[in-house]
Amino acid sequence: MKANPAGVLAGVHFLDGDQACCEGALAAGANFAAGYPITPSTEVVERFAARIPTVGGIFIQLEDELASSIAILGAAWAGAKTFTVTSGPGFSLMMEHIGLAAMTETPCVIVNVQRGGPSTGLPTLPGQADMMQARWGSHGDYEIIALCPNSPQECFDLMIHAFNFSEQYRVPVLFLMDECVGHMTEKVIIPPADHLDIFPRRYTSRPPSEYKPYKPAADGIPEMVKAGDGYHFHITGLTHDEQGYPAMNWRAQEKLVRRLVDKIRRHAQEIAIYDEREIEDAEIVIVAYGITSRVAQRAMQMARDEGIKAGLHRPIVVWPFPEKRIRELADKVKALVVVEMNYGQMVYEVERCAAGKTRTEFVGHGGGTVHEPEEILKVIREVAR
Amino acid sequence: MSTLPAVEPAVNPVEPFLRTDRMPHIWCPGCGIGTTVNCFARALVEAKLNLDRVAIVSGIGCTGRVAGYVKLDSFHTTHGRAIPFATGLKLANPDLTVVVYSGDGDLIAIGGNHFIHAARRNVDLKVICVNNFIYGMTGGQVAPTTPLSATATTAPYGCFERPFNLPYLAESSGAVYVARWTSFHVRHITRAMIEAFNKKGFSFIEIITPCPTLYLRRNKLGDSLDTMRYYKQKSVIKNGANTKDVEIGLGGEIVCGKFVDIERPTLHDAMRAQLSQSLGGRYAGPGGR
Repeated sequence: MKANPAGVLAGVHFLDGDQACCEGALAAGANFAAGYPITPSTEVVERFAARIPTVGGIFIQLEDELASSIAILGAAWAGAKTFTVTSGPGFSLMMEHIGLAAMTETPCVIVNVQRGGPSTGLPTLPGQADMMQARWGSHGDYEIIALCPNSPQECFDLMIHAFNFSEQYRVPVLFLMDECVGHMTEKVIIPPADHLDIFPRRYTSRPPSEYKPYKPAADGIPEMVKAGDGYHFHITGLTHDEQGYPAMNWRAQEKLVRRLVDKIRRHAQEIAIYDEREIEDAEIVIVAYGITSRVAQRAMQMARDEGIKAGLHRPIVVWPFPEKRIRELADKVKALVVVEMNYGQMVYEVERCAAGKTRTEFVGHGGGTVHEPEEILKVIREVAR
Repeated sequence: MSTLPAVEPAVNPVEPFLRTDRMPHIWCPGCGIGTTVNCFARALVEAKLNLDRVAIVSGIGCTGRVAGYVKLDSFHTTHGRAIPFATGLKLANPDLTVVVYSGDGDLIAIGGNHFIHAARRNVDLKVICVNNFIYGMTGGQVAPTTPLSATATTAPYGCFERPFNLPYLAESSGAVYVARWTSFHVRHITRAMIEAFNKKGFSFIEIITPCPTLYLRRNKLGDSLDTMRYYKQKSVIKNGANTKDVEIGLGGEIVCGKFVDIERPTLHDAMRAQLSQSLGGRYAGPGGR
């Protein structure tokens, strides 16, 4: 279906990433957000609080991130399209409800405008050190989808993807920005509503007597209902059977949790989105995402100017990790240079997929500022030798 | 609208309301939680609510299992977070009657912050707190409601922390309806629940119940029958009592009654009023469905 024009601020704008993220959510049809103030993410909900009363919906500032991250799940089960926004310590507090959303298959989007950590860290400065936390932060086995924009325009565009993925796969989708992308202001083009495709909620057409909340369709994803429609359904964070009832045994665990994992893994190729530059003849491929990819692109150009055949692979969907593509690249390039604003996170995924077939180098630091292109160039020169 | 189907005289009148396919339940013999659920079922029947529009949200713990046993839209959430889940549910669909049904540890210890803020906001939730003075599910640990000197597995020499006086906490946080009963007072509980269903705003009912397995036995307080006798002899009904004065001591008097029943704009009403005043015709409403 197409977007509801009520939430689409069509036109050409000059927005920062946080504001664009909010507009993306509104265009996607988000009509409920809960949040707790935390730098550098607060502008997203400030804008939502200002905009949503005239669009139709609710913003509520709650007492903490635990409340915010579960209020959106309650609202989702009442039929709303929901998201919350946080950063740093707030993201840590939300982990429990990422698990609940995964376990109960509740569509929602959680935005994390990454700042330097650990702990209170660098509230006003960028980081990319929550990449593994986004994937593994809640206890137990599960899969999520995560996207990494590198511009305000992508903050808008990809929020729509994020909501669509959350509805299509009934999974919490993590939107991993960073302080730079959140606070940089650029041109953002918002297309008219009829240019925006929206994945509708997968409501069942079955009557209550024939409906089981966790009986999967052929693609592994069950149909949804909402409170108030007469289904008298049960939702629990406990391991449950197809009826949604608690089932405390290994067979139920195997059936349910394997499906939760497989419903994403099996569709990894359909979910994958990445951007590549100068990749055709590249001998050295930089792997970078978010704001770091923009510095990396500069380094790639500098290397090209020196006659080094450098290219760039930028995962946009970072989870599930683009395994297949990294394996393909590893088969044909001389080296992969992974650049991130952390002391080594996604580089482990790259190394895993490269599986020793090509050299993997890492260029990282703890956040607080973006890389200098020269730092990256230096490593490119070394591996090109 | 779906109401309870007519039942044969031989059938327990609350049975159609229960998920009988989930029986037997997990609660111990002599536990008071089942009694409160019976009262809840009767209250739903007597209040003639459209059961399609009633949702129940529980946290974690023995009382947290209530949501799994009642034939309503039911949500068994995370420990302490039933209230914020219910807040999202209610905000996104104000036509629902949203009941939060959980224990003292869940609502008041780990969930205490959400409790006071939801009361302050006056979210239209019916909060039923089954207070058995102990963590039951995890094996009898001290709770923020454990009376002074009572023992628990993590307070083996007696509790030395002053417990919360829940009605006082609820009232001072902003609840518009506050009542306390024991599981001896089944008719009063049912009536209080009906009043809460009909009340707009944050309504709080504390129900004192026995935990024979982990509280009574450890504290040598006899069995549940002895506790019923204690409730009968030592509870005093004081409607309108000052909630400051209703603290509970080990083996002491239990003041019961309806303590608070006031009117105050709910979160929804206040939100709509403020946004309408500020935005006029531009206010598009809460939408959400």
